[in-house]
Amino acid sequence: MLEIKNLHVKLEEEDKQILKGVDLTVEAGKVHAIMGPNGSGKSTLSYVLSGRDGYEVTEGSATLMGEDILDMEVEERAAAGLFLAFQYPVEIPGVGNMTFLRTAVNAQRKARGQEEMSAAEFLKVIREKAKSLKIDAEMLKRPVNVGFSGGEKKRNEILQMAMLEPKMCILDETDSGLDVDAMKLVADGVNALRDEGRAFLVITHYQRLLDHIKPDVVHIMANGRIIKTGGPELALEVENHGYADLLAEEV
Amino acid sequence: MSLPKAKQDATEARLERLNLPEGGWSASARRDALDRVTAMGLPGARDEYWKYTRPDTLNAPEAPPAEALDAHEAPIFGERDRLKVVFVDGVFDAGASDNLAMEGVEIARLAETADIHWAQDIYGKLETRGQTPVQRPHAALNTAFASDGLLIHVTGKAAKPIHINYVHKETQSDAILHHVVKVDAGAELTILESGPAAARFNKVVEADIADTGRLHHVCAQGRDHARRAVTHLFARLGTESAFKSFTLTVNGVLTRNEAVVEFTGDDAVAHIAGACMGDGDFHHDDTVFVTHDAVNCESRQVFKKVLRNGAVGVFQGKILVKAGAQKTDGYQISQSLLLDDDSQFLAKPELEIYADDVACSHGSTSGAIDEDSLFYLCARGVPRGIAEDMMTIAFIAEAVTEIEDEGLREDLVERVEAWLARRRA
Ligand SMILES: Nc1ncnc2c1ncn2[C@@H]1O[C@H](COP(=O)(O)OP(=O)(O)OP(=O)(O)O)[C@@H](O)[C@H]1O
Ligand SMILES: [Mg+2]
Repeated sequence: MLEIKNLHVKLEEEDKQILKGVDLTVEAGKVHAIMGPNGSGKSTLSYVLSGRDGYEVTEGSATLMGEDILDMEVEERAAAGLFLAFQYPVEIPGVGNMTFLRTAVNAQRKARGQEEMSAAEFLKVIREKAKSLKIDAEMLKRPVNVGFSGGEKKRNEILQMAMLEPKMCILDETDSGLDVDAMKLVADGVNALRDEGRAFLVITHYQRLLDHIKPDVVHIMANGRIIKTGGPELALEVENHGYADLLAEEV
Repeated sequence: MSLPKAKQDATEARLERLNLPEGGWSASARRDALDRVTAMGLPGARDEYWKYTRPDTLNAPEAPPAEALDAHEAPIFGERDRLKVVFVDGVFDAGASDNLAMEGVEIARLAETADIHWAQDIYGKLETRGQTPVQRPHAALNTAFASDGLLIHVTGKAAKPIHINYVHKETQSDAILHHVVKVDAGAELTILESGPAAARFNKVVEADIADTGRLHHVCAQGRDHARRAVTHLFARLGTESAFKSFTLTVNGVLTRNEAVVEFTGDDAVAHIAGACMGDGDFHHDDTVFVTHDAVNCESRQVFKKVLRNGAVGVFQGKILVKAGAQKTDGYQISQSLLLDDDSQFLAKPELEIYADDVACSHGSTSGAIDEDSLFYLCARGVPRGIAEDMMTIAFIAEAVTEIEDEGLREDLVERVEAWLARRRA
């Protein structure tokens, strides 16, 4: 599904290397988790994959279902099936949540040569999905993320994911700021989407989320690289002992 | 005090081309107005309130040519149930207009000589009050020479809006129209205006709103690129009255919209808002003066300008709170969205307050579309161009929200979307 090879990334504005040779392959149908100390480059990886400005790829490649995504526009990557649930969802005053999401769904459909969703159909589907995430209809009418609580913003990300039905879902600390019940809702939302043709890359600091979304593979990222890959037990090791041993091993 | 030579010459050259209409009941008001404009002279580049906008083409004896645009677009407000009044290059078009009669409103024309008593108390009177402390010579010129206009007396709840449609046909038309609106206690009306009017248009509206009266005003200035307009809106508000005005301007090489609002009764509300969209040699100036001379009144000025490709936006807005105007709530915001580095926004917000128990705020900003927001929209699959348009519509939303009627809001947003879409084509 997603294949990242020897990815090197520096900041465009300054001479600062952030990703220093990331190798990572996520197969369809699987859930991979990435853990790692603050500042190790996890969010940077997710931004670079989704095409945010300000980064320069100096070496390496990234393909989604065999297609080079690094040359694509941001919206083309989305239409190709990539989705990023933001660590910090953006507030956009003046743009209605519904309008935004319907525009997005239909733009993606159009880009893929599919028929657009009618307003009525869209409304029906979004109401259903919002309900299962306990997002009330009033919130959908409000401007994108404006006045949403931290947890509401994260749930809204999952709602967007559910509506867009992407192939490769990257979740950047979607668990941070969630209370126990909200975490369960988000995990249920993710689990409902798990299937053969879809893959997840879940960035998190805590085992808690992984109790609900059981990963197949866990990677540890440090200093711009994946330094260790293992099974779910690796996450437990981090939870119990922190990163010190792993980092020492790497040196 | 004598005028500087250049100013005197410009004024004389302009006045020479104009003939004072016969006038009937308005004759003395017109003569007084002519005296005013002769005494103050037309604006000059040195005048404090003309620093950012060149008055010369507005002063010129002849209107600079402006081709009428074939818009290929259904006229705005066309779907609304309304009483339609049409002026073509400033000339009343009886054939295209509805019968000037409707429940709750008495409508007459300025060009008719019949004696209209009530209008006598307003025509040129609010304009005169609005000449201090800032002079507005084009408004005085208008009072003196206006060829026509509507005299609207709102006596009850109007059955539907009055829509004044200004059609532009002639390349060098020079229209001067003057409307007078009197809203009685408890009465309510919506006035819609649309169209470019002429190659050069000088418009004055004087609105006198009695206690508990309500007036809504929504204006869409036409799309003709080379047209010029200088407009003045004078409003006087009585106790517990309300006035809401919104103007959308797309294109036009020169637009100067002045609004002069005075609270004379307590507990009244006035919202003056506008949004404009312009390209290239577009120059758009909103000059607003709100005077609080009563207790517990609320005023809002909300102006948004979308500027592209070298366009210039100007905002000069003032809130004057007179001594004794306690509990005044005055708000003023002017913002520009610069779609490139060449465009320019010049803002002069002013507060002058002589009462101690007031809440007044003003702010002015200028900037590009927020990149983080754009990235967020695009990351969900919205193409960049459409995302930029969504952000632009979002930018003007605060001003558009000032229109109470949802249908009218949609009419205007549609025009803005069309303007943006034409630039994507
Ligand atoms: N635009 C930027 N400008 C300056 N520094 C940046 C920028 N983007 C990332 N960095 C730096 O790159 C490093 C990696 O940041 P990144 O946000 O990817 O870390 P992270 O692993 O997601 O951390 P966290 O767990 O705290 O979310 C940090 O040192 C950060 O300060
Ligand atoms: Mg991060």
